[in-house]
Amino acid sequence: MATVLAIAEQRDGSLRRVAHETVTAARTLAESVGGETHALLLGGAGVESLAPELGRFGADTVHVGTADVLADYQPDAWASAVASFVKEHGFDTVLFAATSTGRDLAPRVAARLDVPLASDAVELETEDRALRITRPVYAGKAMATVVVDAEPRLVSLRPNVFTPIERAGAATVSSFQPVTGESRVRLRERQQATGGQLDVGEATIVISGGRGMQGPERWQILEELRDAFGGRAALGASRAVVDAGWRPHAEQVGQTGKTVAPALYIAVGISGAIQHLAGMRTAGTIVAINKDPDAPIFKVADYGIVGDAFEVVPKLAEAIRAHVT
Amino acid sequence: MKIYVCIKRVPDTAARIRIASDGVSIDAAGVKYIISPYDEFAIEAALRLKEKQGEGEVVAVTVGSAAAAEQLRGALAMGADRAILLKGEPGWDGLETARALAAALRDAGADLILFGMKAVDSDQQQVGPMVGEMLDLPCITVAADVEVEDGIALCHREVEGGVEVLEAPLPAVVTMTKGAIEPRYASLKGIMAAKKKPLEEKDAQLGAGRIRLEKLSLPADRKEGRVVGEGPDAVAELVRLLREEAKVI
Ligand SMILES: Cc1cc2nc3c(=O)[nH]c(=O)nc-3n(C[C@H](O)[C@H](O)[C@H](O)COP(=O)(O)OP(=O)(O)OC[C@H]3O[C@@H](n4cnc5c(N)ncnc54)[C@H](O)[C@@H]3O)c2cc1C
Ligand SMILES: Nc1ncnc2c1ncn2[C@@H]1O[C@H](COP(=O)(O)O)[C@@H](O)[C@H]1O
Repeated sequence: MATVLAIAEQRDGSLRRVAHETVTAARTLAESVGGETHALLLGGAGVESLAPELGRFGADTVHVGTADVLADYQPDAWASAVASFVKEHGFDTVLFAATSTGRDLAPRVAARLDVPLASDAVELETEDRALRITRPVYAGKAMATVVVDAEPRLVSLRPNVFTPIERAGAATVSSFQPVTGESRVRLRERQQATGGQLDVGEATIVISGGRGMQGPERWQILEELRDAFGGRAALGASRAVVDAGWRPHAEQVGQTGKTVAPALYIAVGISGAIQHLAGMRTAGTIVAINKDPDAPIFKVADYGIVGDAFEVVPKLAEAIRAHVT
Repeated sequence: MKIYVCIKRVPDTAARIRIASDGVSIDAAGVKYIISPYDEFAIEAALRLKEKQGEGEVVAVTVGSAAAAEQLRGALAMGADRAILLKGEPGWDGLETARALAAALRDAGADLILFGMKAVDSDQQQVGPMVGEMLDLPCITVAADVEVEDGIALCHREVEGGVEVLEAPLPAVVTMTKGAIEPRYASLKGIMAAKKKPLEEKDAQLGAGRIRLEKLSLPADRKEGRVVGEGPDAVAELVRLLREEAKVI
């Protein structure tokens, strides 16, 4: 029987939204071939309390592996734990989330299992037993549809693309002792910057600022707009403002930054260069605010406002606040 | 210190991508090729390490067709000491590219092997850590910089809401993202010197690959958008559309 395994990402004691997405996608895949859905949940002590939630998003069985070294993401320990678990059980397909953690983890697991990895899928389609994976290439300027001729088929899924579906369901929970091996990469220090803000690659709403924002001190209006959405939104940036040192590179959206697919993308003072569009054109809805009516960003925006960011954005934040609360 | 930098020849990021008539490749006519931008960060990081230590060797390596020699010359012009062209056509399976690189680097005596975090054509973000695993070396991905102190590689890595400082004993693999440094331009002198630097060619040990490309297509065009209005007065209508039409808030 076909079995699909979802690697469930958790952090600081809660499942991440991408875990719901990965498990739901695994379920859809398993159902299309009459198979079973499994989820792998790794972490420190206590992580098993998250297992029922994975059941509600479609897992038949949740495998829980706890170890102190797994409390935080640690490449060697996680790669070893996942690879040896998959090797022991043998799945047809293993799904990861293409988050910063998943992008670090999946290729290591692939190499350990000696199977290829299809990264950052935006569409999965089964036909008989074949799995067709569609993924953006050339920074989103083209789509490649590929088939993996190996088992297990390793695929990572772009965050925010696969919609999580909650249902009434309970999973069987099975605990095991993960094989963690030795860790060669050591975390010397963690410098907390903005304190637990959502990553631009994973947020369902992204507000990006460009050179039209005129200076780093003027980001406050974008922060207020972000906060108006109540914790679902993250800030992004164009390369021009990252190069100018106004914003950190972690926020850069585009060909040499992050590729994002939020439900809502708001581009403020961004012209819409091809390399920027490459990173956000798969967003659900795109809003552009730009004072130049001929800016290329308006060609991809579902809704545009021609105007001065410093007049429009505070108004928008106010309207969203009134709406959300 | 011996530093290897793995670089890939890719279409210029400004290039418009057109699908060729075979449906599985891009139309290369008029497309300029460059060193993948993240790989340039890796070259720059390698050159700075060598300069700082006052000794060492920087070797650029690629798996590619004869045309990829152009990108190796580019790396030599920036300042790399020599280059290796592993001849073969890299496909869509990064594991095979990794295998070819690992085979070439296994006994090369590298202290540090640098990669870009991803190649901007395949967008897989996988070859670096795969090589790390194959050579059984510690690997740090998506590093903004790399320093070497007492046989240890030290990197900053941006993570959600902060920065991690990671360390790994040499020899190690590091994949680079954009950090505070800009890759240097090749000077005229550098370009002249590059012509005389050694560029070794050998066949890549490249398997067939198990990721089969069925088709390439252009992303669906976004439907024609509209300008809702001008200035702050348009905000109310925008919010209504977001709520009622797009249903995103
Ligand atoms: C190899 C390579 C890789 C690249 N990768 C990326 C990438 O990953 N991401 C990326 O973003 N770019 C990337 N670029 C850069 C890209 O080509 C553009 O230069 C960049 O996106 C421009 O940023 P911008 O839109 O903020 O600035 P600009 O192009 O200068 O646009 C500023 C906009 O703000 C508007 N404006 C000005 N004042 C106001 C105001 N008061 N209110 C409202 N609007 C205002 C202007 O009308 C203008 O449209 C890359 C380039 C290269 C060569
Ligand atoms: N054909 C290649 N030759 C040399 N290095 C490569 C090749 N393909 C990928 N790489 C390296 O691996 C990195 C990641 O590539 P990818 O996994 O394809 O996104 C690139 O930035 C390069 O450093």
